[in-house]
Amino acid sequence: MQVPSKYQGASFTELLATDHRHLVPDLARFSQGEARLRVPEGTTVLALKYADGVIVAGDRLATEGHRVASRDVQKVYATDQYSVIAIAGAAGPAIEMARLMRIELEHYEKIEGEALELDGKANKLSQMIRANLPAAMQGLVVVPLFAGYDRRRKQGRLWKFDVTGGRYEETDFEATGSGGLYARESIKKTHKAGLSREHGLRIAVEALVDAADEDRATGGIDVLRGIFPIVNFCSTSGVERAADAEIEQVYRQILAARPGGVQG
Amino acid sequence: MSMPFYVSPEQVMTEKADYARKGIARGRSSVTLECAEGVLLMAENPSSLSKIGEIYDRIGFAGVGKFSEFDQLRKIGVRFADVKGYAYSRDDVRARALANAYSQAMGDVFTRELKPLEVEVIVAEVGDDTLAGHEKNAIYRVQFDGSISDHQGFCVIGGAADELTNFLKDQFRTGLPLREALQLGRTALQRAAEGQPRVGPENLEACLLERSRMGRKFHRLSADVLRELLGS
Repeated sequence: MQVPSKYQGASFTELLATDHRHLVPDLARFSQGEARLRVPEGTTVLALKYADGVIVAGDRLATEGHRVASRDVQKVYATDQYSVIAIAGAAGPAIEMARLMRIELEHYEKIEGEALELDGKANKLSQMIRANLPAAMQGLVVVPLFAGYDRRRKQGRLWKFDVTGGRYEETDFEATGSGGLYARESIKKTHKAGLSREHGLRIAVEALVDAADEDRATGGIDVLRGIFPIVNFCSTSGVERAADAEIEQVYRQILAARPGGVQG
Repeated sequence: MSMPFYVSPEQVMTEKADYARKGIARGRSSVTLECAEGVLLMAENPSSLSKIGEIYDRIGFAGVGKFSEFDQLRKIGVRFADVKGYAYSRDDVRARALANAYSQAMGDVFTRELKPLEVEVIVAEVGDDTLAGHEKNAIYRVQFDGSISDHQGFCVIGGAADELTNFLKDQFRTGLPLREALQLGRTALQRAAEGQPRVGPENLEACLLERSRMGRKFHRLSADVLRELLGS
């Protein structure tokens, strides 16, 4: 059939690589040479399990060196009805990777007539990160978290990755990005199995507050501008984003509970 | 060296067209109807191999004839739409462009290849009230020789297309609720099957492009939902 497609498989990234080379994001090309490009970087994202599944959250700040690049960048994306990607690292390639991941999963589902299993999705993401390795060597590092609700095993699951595409499943929680260490330290003090939705939300928001306190590149909660972190719940009923008002309320409770805190 | 026989182009085309029509007539028909909730695509289909599929956010596909051929066209449509949506924006992926691409590809096969495609396809698009200028539904039919037509209200493809089109011309009203549209479509398919077998939730494939959904508007109606709506 005279149709412009040599590729016959179910992967969108392979389709681009085979038949539409000009559309493949070739990031390594832009980062060659002595001087590294200065690009906006995203900072703290985290994922933690709760009773119904998994919570994925991220702050909104993107930085360029010591400057603010954007105050309300999105780092947490639903990749399909039951999975979420949270990105940290060079914002441009990371956002593009999240977008490609979403199209990849949808494309597979449409071509094959059924969605990938959660393990298959995590594996696919690991291949995409590996493909970005030449760019990562030049400094355009992308290290996402991937989480979702596994409908076969009836539980939330989460993975972290390294720049080589290494994939590590975590049992309870994980945080990454420049403030990831502080967020993880914060979560581990209070996280336990079978958390309620409310309790899980509070731990997630508190971890981002702690990370923003210690790491200058992590954005806190900006009540003045009305910029709140993105928090997604991923459970048997799909992906649901927490309302800003709910996050603000939790934030005020956290402040009130701190030494010298103010009642909100 | 032997000389090939001269056959007039007219005769070649007529014979190819007869061949394709016969192939299509052997299969079952498929009906697409506009309804209050969106656009409904239906086919009598007892197997688990789908005749209806999702192409993009607002676009669905239905095929009749030879499964391997229209399924290949469906996949080509998904690739076409996903690449276009990635290169431009999701709102730039429209049914008309896809129907034209099908028309080119199928017409090309009809004139160049020895064997024409034994398929007919429908490309249906549901409107989006939040996008000015994109509110209307669109239904395109592309035939085995690449001829393309657009339809309002309803469209039938397959062996019994002419008969069912006449039937629906009398019966169809705009703005039917989903339940009634589904029942009308079932009655039409039942006529095509000449009463045998009975068309019910077990052998009916029905998908809805639902206007009010966000993002991907295409979804399959499960046998349970069909049972509830058809009241059987």
